Amino acid sequence: MNRIDQLFREKGGEILSVYTTAGYPDLNDTPALLRALQSGGTDMVEIGIPFSDPLADGPVIQQSSQVALQNGMNLKLLFSQLTGIRSTVHIPLVLMGYLNPVLQLGMENFLEKCREVGIDGVIIPDLPPDEYEARYFELFKKYGIHHILLITPHTSTERIQKIARLSKGFLYLVSDASTTGVKSEIGRHQIEYFQRIRKMDLPLPGLIGFGISNRKTFRTACMHAGGAIIGSAFIRAIGEEGPLEEKVKRFISSIRV
Amino acid sequence: MGFEIDQKGFYGEFGGAYIPEMLYPNIRELEENYLKIIGSEQFREQFRRLLQDYAGRPTPLFRADRLSEHYGTNIYLKREDLNHTGAHKINNTIGQILMARHLGKRRIIAETGAGQHGVATATVCALTGVNCIVYMGALDVERQSPNVKKMKMLGAEVVPVHSGNKTLKDATNEAIRDWINHPVETYYIIGSVVGPHPYPDMVTRFQSVISEEIRLQLAEKTGRDFPDYLVACVGGGSNAAGAYYHYLDDERVRLISAEAAGMGVNSGQTAATSLLGRTGIIHGSRTLLMQDEDGQIQEPYSISAGLDYPGVGPLHSWLAKTGRSTVYAATDEEALQAALLCTRKEGIIPALETAHALAVLDKITPGKEETVVVNLSGRGDKDMETYINRLSL
Ligand SMILES: Cc1ncc(COP(=O)(O)O)c(C=O)c1O
Repeated sequence: MNRIDQLFREKGGEILSVYTTAGYPDLNDTPALLRALQSGGTDMVEIGIPFSDPLADGPVIQQSSQVALQNGMNLKLLFSQLTGIRSTVHIPLVLMGYLNPVLQLGMENFLEKCREVGIDGVIIPDLPPDEYEARYFELFKKYGIHHILLITPHTSTERIQKIARLSKGFLYLVSDASTTGVKSEIGRHQIEYFQRIRKMDLPLPGLIGFGISNRKTFRTACMHAGGAIIGSAFIRAIGEEGPLEEKVKRFISSIRV
Repeated sequence: MGFEIDQKGFYGEFGGAYIPEMLYPNIRELEENYLKIIGSEQFREQFRRLLQDYAGRPTPLFRADRLSEHYGTNIYLKREDLNHTGAHKINNTIGQILMARHLGKRRIIAETGAGQHGVATATVCALTGVNCIVYMGALDVERQSPNVKKMKMLGAEVVPVHSGNKTLKDATNEAIRDWINHPVETYYIIGSVVGPHPYPDMVTRFQSVISEEIRLQLAEKTGRDFPDYLVACVGGGSNAAGAYYHYLDDERVRLISAEAAGMGVNSGQTAATSLLGRTGIIHGSRTLLMQDEDGQIQEPYSISAGLDYPGVGPLHSWLAKTGRSTVYAATDEEALQAALLCTRKEGIIPALETAHALAVLDKITPGKEETVVVNLSGRGDKDMETYINRLSL
């Protein structure tokens, strides 16, 4: 069974997923980070594939991507760093990246590599659902990789139904109209949106992302969905001075005990 | 072969709308409405009137006698440089500001490289009294200070962009991010035939007034409403798309696109996008773009700020791929010499971008009886500093 499905089956809620940019802060940090995140109590990790032009990202993740690229990170290197990771890391791993680098590697090649190293899901924010369905749905199925799609407070009900049908593992609930790391509060209209989604009784769980930055926003997210995804706040934390493992441990325990 | 956009927003394999879900409602709203709005009597009348009374259209089609003699053929210059603000860019910003008004949006954002599109956007925002925010790479803000001051005088807020390489592609990213963060009240006036569908098609339609006029003017001047060669420079490709539009399906007309070779096509310092690019995704469009092996988008180089975009509009990728257009690349040096020649022979100082189209006259071989139209996309005022330095004036 796909590790994402297993996670949601075994643990009904309060799922903490952390986003980290591959090759940041240092080129070879990612495997150690994954282990530290696992032992710190993270349920799932999204590994960001750095891209020169990250359209949906705010300043923090943009900057980490730029550093990672300067460090020399690329998709091929990432796969080689992840080879063997499954001997020590058992939580679900998701790759998140923009379409262009994936296309240059070739979608099938990419998915094959994902399966080889033990990736469970993929998020490609600029791949439109229609195009995914027409071109890639069968390929993802063939390699057993979950494709996770996004909805926002402005997504229409009809479109949510369609996206929920295409998405596998979980549905990514973008908390507000924003790029990553820009908003830091969860307001009334967002809570209404989460409640509206919950009432729709969708066939898969949702995780809330964008604007989840601390214990308070994480708690709120957990009250309205299966859990949450933290990105910019984590990137900021590991960008500070100090040993990696400690920074990770401190950050995770600031989110939940 | 059709060169119109298809139902899904593609020219052949190029185009589409590769956007994050956050932008979907905006793009969808535009896509559902733009043809209806452009086709409405009210819009057409407003657009026609502003093009005529404000931009100064129709622009003349001028027979360049001395250049014609020099090249041994018949050269006509389509004088887009005589538009208000000095380039074809205003055709598009007039169209889009009206589009924004019809959609009820009162906050305008735009990206700009050299500042030409920024100035054209700030101009129509002043004209219609709406807020205007222009994103501009921090490097370009330094390099193009007269245009920055113009935009400010026009009342626009110019936001320097410090991400990435701090140039046009980063300014475009930042404009798109602004749109993600302000989806409801904002309209994004994009500056060329690039970006997600329906922008390439919409901007092409607004610029198509150029070929509409060429047809009438050529018929009047030569007794034949089409040229043998139609030459335009291509950055994103809007002036070229506008000049080609009514001739896209007319195979008698050879479409000649001029890209910027910079220091040379193989020098690593170039903006020859469709010659060097591979298919990929940039700013929401599947098109040819300059990228490294890993799919990271590369920073282009050209002496002309308006041509150093790492991608090209999807229509141009399709025209190049199908062989409908022939793409030449002119180096910085060739462009400078062509600008000087045009100035000395015709008394017209062209924009550096346009100079690349003029430079291509050295690379094609039209016959004595044949007709060549060059789209003179803009005037050279903004480039005087470069001309002074590089031509030792
Ligand atoms: C005079 C002039 N010509 C051409 C261009 C290139 O744009 P496009 O290829 O969209 O016409 C620019 C862009 O700034 C310009 O100012």
